[in-house]
Amino acid sequence: MHPGSAFFIVLRRMRAPLILLIVVYAVSILGLTLIPGADAEGKPAPPMSFLHAFYFVSYTATTIGFGEIPQAFSEAQRMWVTAIIYATVIVWTYAILTILALFSDRAFQQALSAGRFKRRVQRLAEPFYIVCGCGETGGRVLAALDKMDARAVAIDLDENRLAELELEDFRSETPALAGDAAQTQNLFAAGLMHRFCRGILALTNDDQANLAIAAHARLLRPQLPAILRVEHDAIAQRMTAFGATQTINPFANFARLLALAIHAPALYRLHDWLTGTPGTILVATRDPPAGRWIVCGYGRFGHSLVAELQREGMEIALIDQHPLEAPGFTAVVGSGVEPEVLTAAGVASADGLVAATDDDLTNLSIAVAARALNPGLFIVLRQNQQSRAELFAALQPEMIMAPAEIVAHAALARLTTPLLPDFLRAAEARGDDWAWALQSRLRMELGSAVPLCWQLSIDDNVATAIVTLIAEGREVVLSALLRNPSDRSQRLSCVALALRRDEADMLMPEADTSLMIGDQILFVGTAAARAEQELIARNRNVLHYLLTGREETGWLWRAMTRKWSKQPVEHLGQQQ
Amino acid sequence: MNFEKVVFGFFIVLAATLNFGFFIGDIDRPELHHIYELFAAIIVNLIATVLKFGDRTQIGAIHLATSLVADLQLIAAASVWAFAVHVSGEGMTPATTASVVSLSGGALLANIVSLAILVAETVMMRR
Repeated sequence: MHPGSAFFIVLRRMRAPLILLIVVYAVSILGLTLIPGADAEGKPAPPMSFLHAFYFVSYTATTIGFGEIPQAFSEAQRMWVTAIIYATVIVWTYAILTILALFSDRAFQQALSAGRFKRRVQRLAEPFYIVCGCGETGGRVLAALDKMDARAVAIDLDENRLAELELEDFRSETPALAGDAAQTQNLFAAGLMHRFCRGILALTNDDQANLAIAAHARLLRPQLPAILRVEHDAIAQRMTAFGATQTINPFANFARLLALAIHAPALYRLHDWLTGTPGTILVATRDPPAGRWIVCGYGRFGHSLVAELQREGMEIALIDQHPLEAPGFTAVVGSGVEPEVLTAAGVASADGLVAATDDDLTNLSIAVAARALNPGLFIVLRQNQQSRAELFAALQPEMIMAPAEIVAHAALARLTTPLLPDFLRAAEARGDDWAWALQSRLRMELGSAVPLCWQLSIDDNVATAIVTLIAEGREVVLSALLRNPSDRSQRLSCVALALRRDEADMLMPEADTSLMIGDQILFVGTAAARAEQELIARNRNVLHYLLTGREETGWLWRAMTRKWSKQPVEHLGQQQ
Repeated sequence: MNFEKVVFGFFIVLAATLNFGFFIGDIDRPELHHIYELFAAIIVNLIATVLKFGDRTQIGAIHLATSLVADLQLIAAASVWAFAVHVSGEGMTPATTASVVSLSGGALLANIVSLAILVAETVMMRR
């Protein structure tokens, strides 16, 4: 259905009733102008003129009925009028019913809403993201974007999901289209070519659709960031062929994290702490043990897990509904719910178990059965539906793997802090001890609740004051962004984690690093510190005070005192 | 052969011919311009207009526009006639007849444009 076609649908559907109406009117009027009338004495009189005939048919056809005007009719006229009454009223009713049927017609309704959607997107005059697929994942992303005051446009196949979205209490209105996001015209309607479009997120649960979206983004808007959810390796490769760099595979992501947690617990905890929901306190769980693991369900998630666990040198037993061709593994046929199957897989001597099927209730019952046989088991549960969260939490597994949540978190991190995933990858190369030391330090400075990560770009968007000073040839050091604007001897509760300059990343940059235009800096800290930092970056007086320790006033004073203002700044001390 | 196109062409041409029939003759002599012919021209023009509804091509849009112009001109002519005969009561004086016929002449021009578009479209189809 092409947006904007509602009007044409009305016109096309109304053709038949309107032509019929015109014909019936014409015949009726013509008859009345030919049939002789009668005067007051009943003698024959000339027939009606066109004006009178048209007037009479108009009020008769619409069932208003004023009587026999301008004078009483002859018998011949009455015969004709009897026929007119039936014909015209039936045709009018037909026309009205056609219009009414049209308005309750689904195709028409969709055309109407598609037209409205397109107009609303065209009118957007601030940066926005296109979110394709508003299921568990897309819904979370939309809610988070709304919290961050970022605008979004949503496309989903399912109208009911969009109706649920409307019930959400979003601060800004989100234009939503019920349609296939893989269709070019729908992506155009959603503003793919709009100058304010800042990124597109393909989060549908259909890899093919996500691939189509990737193709559109790559070919039509090569510079636009595209974040793609993908669950099949074959499709992921095709996305890569389209030059997509930002693919998120929840299964591979989680499997990698689980492996990380086994061989580098501190790194895993750092990762968990930096990517969690800000403000929450993470519950300490034990680290996943190395040793014997049982994987129930050898689908896509199972495959990713087994590959990662094997790399860690774990001993693996598989349980699956179907007989498996998996040489080198103990493979048992069954669902994993039956105690004898679990025993055959060696649950009594196992260290960990992953319930990885795509059915939530099966996963829960596997966990319950396995716990009964081996209470010390480290249990990882896959949770497919958000609505089952309470059930899963009640079971208290050591780890929950919710694909929707993983994708949503990863997508948001890439949108708002693209440096963070790269920082975490670089951190893995530094090793576990480094991560341990860093996290202890961060917790000392920022408290133990999950902090906020944000990025500051040294450009005209936010850091206007910094850009101005650099352009004037002054040196602006990183430490200025870490001091308290009201007292420069105090530090803000935030730490710079990474600095990107010309595609090269600096991990934990020193406080005396001079900033350059185009730098991107990743910070971690409190929301209050972020707000203070934004003030520093925007306000040249505050920035000047933090750099020199003196207040800056008007330009005249500036010009007079310029030669004394090049004072060195005492260092805040090394960051590391 | 497309039956819809046949019906469409029929009404376009009929609208133009009826219009021409009413228009032809000395402009100020009412006996040369039969009012029934004007009535028929109006009805056929209206039907031709409705037939063009819902066509989303550029040429369809131009068709609809010219058709609407013809309708306006003819309805204006009918209104002048009704006013002269029934409201002011002066009847079909040469002046009134001239204005009715010249209004229908404007409609005729629009109908000729319609015909030209129809012919051009047909030639373009080459089938």
